[in-house]
Amino acid sequence: MNPTSPLVILAASILTNNILLAGFLGMCSFLACSSRLETAFGLGAAVTFVMVCTTTLNYLLYHYVLVPLGLEFLAYILFIAVIAAFVQFVEMVIERFSPKLYHALGIFLPLITVNCAILGVSLFMVIRDYNGLQSAAFGLGGGLGFLLAIMLMAGLREKMGYSNVPVPLRGTAIMMLVTGVIAMTFMGFAGMIKVQ
Amino acid sequence: MSMILLAIGLTTGVFLLLAAVLLVAESHLINYGTCQVSINDGSVEFEQQGGVTLLEALYAHKVFIPSACGGKGTCGYCKVRVLAGGGDVLPTETPYLNRSEMRTGIRLACQVKVKSDVQLEIPADLLTAREFRARLAGARMLTPDIRELDFDLLDPSQLEHRPGQYVQVLVPDEGDPVYRAYSISSAAFDQNRVQLHVRLIPGGLASTYLHAIAEGDEIVFTGPYGDFRLSDDPETEIICVGGGCGMAPMANIIESLYRRWPERTCRLFFGCRTVADVFYRERWEDLARRHPGFQVVYALSAETDDDASWDGDKGFIHLSVARRLEPGVKRQAFLCGPEAMVEAVTGVLLASGMEKTDIFNDAF
Repeated sequence: MNPTSPLVILAASILTNNILLAGFLGMCSFLACSSRLETAFGLGAAVTFVMVCTTTLNYLLYHYVLVPLGLEFLAYILFIAVIAAFVQFVEMVIERFSPKLYHALGIFLPLITVNCAILGVSLFMVIRDYNGLQSAAFGLGGGLGFLLAIMLMAGLREKMGYSNVPVPLRGTAIMMLVTGVIAMTFMGFAGMIKVQ
Repeated sequence: MSMILLAIGLTTGVFLLLAAVLLVAESHLINYGTCQVSINDGSVEFEQQGGVTLLEALYAHKVFIPSACGGKGTCGYCKVRVLAGGGDVLPTETPYLNRSEMRTGIRLACQVKVKSDVQLEIPADLLTAREFRARLAGARMLTPDIRELDFDLLDPSQLEHRPGQYVQVLVPDEGDPVYRAYSISSAAFDQNRVQLHVRLIPGGLASTYLHAIAEGDEIVFTGPYGDFRLSDDPETEIICVGGGCGMAPMANIIESLYRRWPERTCRLFFGCRTVADVFYRERWEDLARRHPGFQVVYALSAETDDDASWDGDKGFIHLSVARRLEPGVKRQAFLCGPEAMVEAVTGVLLASGMEKTDIFNDAF
């Protein structure tokens, strides 16, 4: 059992162990959907929600089904199935009860299925041997960390629209550089909390 | 051994459980009831079980609007004006709609889902499009990669269309219906048959299919579509510019034109890469002998050794057009060919003083 307090895990996964900026997972949607603050927030919020729920579901699946049966190696395929099904389910619920939000999220909602940050959080939860509460906190923190990173990026990109970027660096290149710089500044938090 | 069975059983079980949950959720959550779809102020009306896309609903009720990609949202052909019940424009549609289209309610029918009563406006032209069955009566290769196919219409047995319009051929056995657009190259007065030109594109679904079918095989297509509209004014000179396999609409326009007005002036410019890509040259030179108002110009764009005997133009076709247009003539132009060619020729024609509304184009 991992002795770290859930609150520490929450704070750590937002700042020091940010899934995007320290783990570099979920880069594709991070780069693709960060051109406007509004959509970045929508995607971040959806990822956060899905991450909390799937991490908890996967925790239950892993510790109450896979471990007793000795089938831990099935974790990868089953985690992905749970995530995909859950995203579908969320899509249906949102479409039914809030068509407005559904349209605001549009294509980003189904895209969450293939966001590797979400699978990453579920797998880290197993590797780091978190309990239920810790896993939920880790899921929430991972999602908020994603939200924070993508909002930062979107804000910078909106500003960058007015700056004179050298021609060879325009587009993805400058975004990778900016991501690297943000990641380095987040390394400054690393001394605050030590989590493994 | 038991481990493997257990693993397979568990995986299957979890998958089935998830699928069952999703199915139950879907049947309880996604149910929009019966919706009323009304087109052009009620000139066509039908009821549709909600939840399907507008395109599926229209096709199910025999309203065949153009759509080349089979509803994947990648061609942008299935534009309709949704007056009510369409919801907001989706991110999947924005690449195909400009600002004024978005303001006036133009949507991609394949992306709009029918969830409530819908009111639409569709150009009356498209409502005449129907589904046809036709049998291949003959085929030949015009160039190493362009096949000319002659179809006899079976059901319905007549196709009324304007010269320059196109049909959409259904590619069978692809799961989702896949349609590809081909211009009609047989003359519009010849209503019982349809001729198409198909260039073989490696890996292309429709062109592979249409190059493989044999005499006697049946195909299904919908149509006619397209906004080419030949001017009725006998004084207007007709300019046809084609490139690659863009001969089909031109052949239809020219044949139909001289059937009705033997004296009209018309010029055909056709751009090819090499001598091997040239076809129909004798046919047009023969026509030019019978109709003094007709002039034909072929141009080769690629420099090769077998061009020694070539007596036509050389260089890109828009240069040939630019050289031959005298100013101050009332004209109407039809362009069909690669996008770069259409753009270049449009530039030349606008520079010669033509209005944008007199230039019809079909770029591919």
